[in-house]
Amino acid sequence: MNAPAPVTAQPGPPLWLLAELTYRCPLHCVFCYNPVDFAHTPDELSTDEWLRVLREARAAGSVQCGFSGGEPLLRDDLEVLVAEAHRLGFYTNLLTSGVGLTATRAAALKQAGLDHIQLSFQDSTRELNDFLSHTRTFDLKQRVAAIIKDNDWPMVMNCVIHRLNIDYIGEIIDMAVALDAEYLELANSQYYSWAMLNRDQLLPSREQIERAERITNERRERYGDRIRIFFVVPDYYENRPKKCMNGWGNVFLTITPDGTALPCHTARMLPGLNFPNVRDMDVKRIWFESEGFNRYRGHGWMKEPCQSCPEKEKDHGGCRCQAYMLTGDAAAADPVCDKSPRHDVVMAAVARAQSDEVVVRDIPLVFRTPEESRRRPVLAIAPSADPAHEPR
Amino acid sequence: MNAVPEIRPEMQPRVSRKFRLQWEDAQQAWVLLYPEGMVKLNQSAGEILKRCDGAHSVDELVADLERTFGTTGLHADVIAFLAMARQQHWVEV
Repeated sequence: MNAPAPVTAQPGPPLWLLAELTYRCPLHCVFCYNPVDFAHTPDELSTDEWLRVLREARAAGSVQCGFSGGEPLLRDDLEVLVAEAHRLGFYTNLLTSGVGLTATRAAALKQAGLDHIQLSFQDSTRELNDFLSHTRTFDLKQRVAAIIKDNDWPMVMNCVIHRLNIDYIGEIIDMAVALDAEYLELANSQYYSWAMLNRDQLLPSREQIERAERITNERRERYGDRIRIFFVVPDYYENRPKKCMNGWGNVFLTITPDGTALPCHTARMLPGLNFPNVRDMDVKRIWFESEGFNRYRGHGWMKEPCQSCPEKEKDHGGCRCQAYMLTGDAAAADPVCDKSPRHDVVMAAVARAQSDEVVVRDIPLVFRTPEESRRRPVLAIAPSADPAHEPR
Repeated sequence: MNAVPEIRPEMQPRVSRKFRLQWEDAQQAWVLLYPEGMVKLNQSAGEILKRCDGAHSVDELVADLERTFGTTGLHADVIAFLAMARQQHWVEV
């Protein structure tokens, strides 16, 4: 079990570098993928440490760089980091809630060579937006969208979709068009971290999803080339798992605020894996040699039904974190797959989502606040057949 | 809206402002970068696109390619590629 999986081929470079600069965030979104114990995170990397990470990652072949968080604008060295990333030849993306993006700051980021801003919205109706993000930010986001356009950046709007806003999907699309967004990502919430705690309140019903897809297609017809709309259904409604992160340690490298290197945003929850820190190890060595990154490369680690599955190349057995959260075994088949012996766990959550009863109405949403986070022990998501129903 | 945009020999294609064309050593390939994404180009696509500078015509571009690679008869292939690239919004003319 503890031996690294045999890696048959040398992996390609870590094309995508996600720099999670901070877990601090003015919003308290109920679907946030930051770890639920984020408030226990020790010191953030310094400016010099991030500059070194950028140089090492670029040397290892990274080319897309996302500055994310938390809210990356809370780092006052963001402009310095963007400038260095730009100088190194990265395509630089800022993933932001928009809080803190003044016209002055935008001009400085433009000057530094920022290529693109992805602005997240929670919803198109102010009430729901403010409720879900726990702040009054909607007006601000409209101002920020205008700043983005004024600086001639391409704009991707991102709106996490879930049970509480999916019925407004038409209005969300109309708003994106009104704000002149070129791309709109309507990604259904994925059930990790805070979204996992709130899963029963966030998982839409089948009827809601079908209606949302119909409306999205109508809007695509109506708006044609003006906007490209991506709609991602929750994987709980699929019968085959997603090819998570396009393969473990295949293209994607996350560096967390304290310098831990991960193959995905949430992999730190997995047991028995020691993920390296950029304070101790060079990015190239982390990517190619560390036990954490090699653990689920290739197929050697797979169990049945994945090992003999003709589709194993297609989805790599799905998501390791989801397998761990829902079955307690990180090497099991992702239970979204209907070949998984624990597919019943997903089916049970889906069944609950079809009714409007108790679970959905009577359990309060858990907002992503430092206070909530501090209340949770480190690595709070313990394996459980049904973690959404753990006592809070 | 024209479904298949025509590419004429005198047109001066340039890489669209929505994309950035760059050589990536680690991949030994030209790539097109765009928000949160990348298209890895094969050698001929890269050789064509790096010549799309908005200052040279399709005819000049073909002549340069044929000279560089010591061959002839590339015209039709280049036109077909550029038509596809325009549809993908990689190039503007």
